[in-house]
Amino acid sequence: MSASTMPAQTTADIAHAYRQERAKRAKRSAVLKHIFLILTSLVMIYPLIWMFAASLKPDNQIFGDLGLWPSEFQWENYSEGWNALPVSFTTFFWNSTVVTVLSVVGNVISCSFAAYAFARLEFSGKTIWFALMMTTLMIPYHVVLIPQYILFLNLGWVDSYLPLIVPKFLAGEAFFIFLMIQFFRQLPRELDEAAMIDGCSPFKIYWAIIMPLSLPAMATAAIFSFIWTWEDFLGPLVYLNDMKDYTVPLALRSFISTDGVSQYGPMFAMSILSILPILLFFIIFQRLIIRGIAMSGLK
Amino acid sequence: MQKFFRRNFAGYAFLSPWLVGFFLLAIGPILASLYLSFTKYNVVRPPQWLGLDHYVYMFQYDQRFWKALQVTFQFVVISVPLKLIFALGVAMALDKGIRAIGWYRALFYLPSILGGSIAVAILWRQLFNYDGVINSILRLFGAEGPYWLADPKYSLWTLIVLAIWQFGSPMLIFLAGLRAIPQELYEAAEIDAAGPVKKFFAITVPLLAPVIFFNLVLQMIEAFKSFSGAFIISGGSGAPLDSLLFFTVYLYNEAFSFLRMGYASALAWVLLLIIALFTAIAFWTSKYWVHYENERG
Repeated sequence: MSASTMPAQTTADIAHAYRQERAKRAKRSAVLKHIFLILTSLVMIYPLIWMFAASLKPDNQIFGDLGLWPSEFQWENYSEGWNALPVSFTTFFWNSTVVTVLSVVGNVISCSFAAYAFARLEFSGKTIWFALMMTTLMIPYHVVLIPQYILFLNLGWVDSYLPLIVPKFLAGEAFFIFLMIQFFRQLPRELDEAAMIDGCSPFKIYWAIIMPLSLPAMATAAIFSFIWTWEDFLGPLVYLNDMKDYTVPLALRSFISTDGVSQYGPMFAMSILSILPILLFFIIFQRLIIRGIAMSGLK
Repeated sequence: MQKFFRRNFAGYAFLSPWLVGFFLLAIGPILASLYLSFTKYNVVRPPQWLGLDHYVYMFQYDQRFWKALQVTFQFVVISVPLKLIFALGVAMALDKGIRAIGWYRALFYLPSILGGSIAVAILWRQLFNYDGVINSILRLFGAEGPYWLADPKYSLWTLIVLAIWQFGSPMLIFLAGLRAIPQELYEAAEIDAAGPVKKFFAITVPLLAPVIFFNLVLQMIEAFKSFSGAFIISGGSGAPLDSLLFFTVYLYNEAFSFLRMGYASALAWVLLLIIALFTAIAFWTSKYWVHYENERG
């Protein structure tokens, strides 16, 4: 549109027209964005919904069927799946719960100890230890796996949960230490100093001041710890050989090893149950999880 | 002496669990695996010194080692950039206070939370089966899909798609980075009649460079380490024709299926060096393409 066709050429009018044009363009692009985002979310979420649908379908309807509505609802898939392996899923879920709960407790306690030392206490050699701690972020689990296995084998811990749990009490997850350090540093130092003048010991300060103020950070670490331990596959794969000790992911894997028999419905039913705790955690703690990632760049 | 002790006591007391873990479960095992890599060791008999034999064999004769390297590199080089491009695209669409952003964010992040689970790996095997959902969708468009899982030409793509599907966490980090870019820059560029492409390359990319770099390093390390997906989808062996023989899968099998702990330790050290090298390259080159805001004075 050329300037000559516009009536009344004051700068205010031009600015007004410019703003209107901008608003119109913003609205158009917002609509396009929503279309793009909705389509993308549908593609993202479709496989998960498909899995849920498959868990209710009769076996002959599962393969290649794009539909999300079972021709008949086979709720038996769930009860069949629960007892499909020689050991029932009650045992697997119990095992997973024991390992996960103890791991979460261990991670939160030991990592917050280390983080408190790094963030709030002075001691010689701190910078070196800190640098070493940060390097362990990079080390792949596969590199330490074999010597750790030999160590635990010699301790007689293989085929028990100790190799999965004890390391969590030794602050092995540098991610969590880092996350907590970031959080502790935001707390005002005056609190510690005032408490110190009042004669509080460092432990008292940790317990009575730092911890209560850091509940969001603790919760974030606990949630991630829960999710990662619940999903962990390699650790249980290496250390647990007896089916009655299996955690849920190992049990699921037995489903696909024992093929031949077509048990797709029950298999998906158990898959759905296996991710249900994570899904619930995600729905309840979504805000903490998302803030935690933005804060620390966790995976 | 006493003063020194008192000053350091609290710090080391709180650090002690980590210190024990660091020596027993991190640095100790790393050194132990270096030693084991020079020996023949099958757990039952004590290690026998071999010197550099494992490394010579690995680089000169072991076809599967080279195959594993090739598969892993291919996976890293294709999946990481695609994942980051996708993450950035969605983050940009979500930026600037779009309505229902919370919903989108949660939906897009969900696959990242579930993606590492065995349940999803099992699901993926079914989706990419020849009679599976992916090929049914292709058939709707009149295309005949390949045998994704059985054909070595295509099998890696199932895992690449699985990796891209989990673009949630780089997306969240990009989103935080985009928020930090001052809006005035875009407004000023618009007054200078800069189009969206110009704005993207002149403002978004340079200002976001530190975040892109951070995501790149993190995702590369993650990709080198990935294991469960390849293990489950390939049935534990890297099949078909070793096309899914990720480095980690090869290492696991050498160690725990064949009990060649010494050789597997040598593989572990190669993996460690590769990851260290890539991280170092990313850091060194970052000064040429990453500009931190506060360095400009």
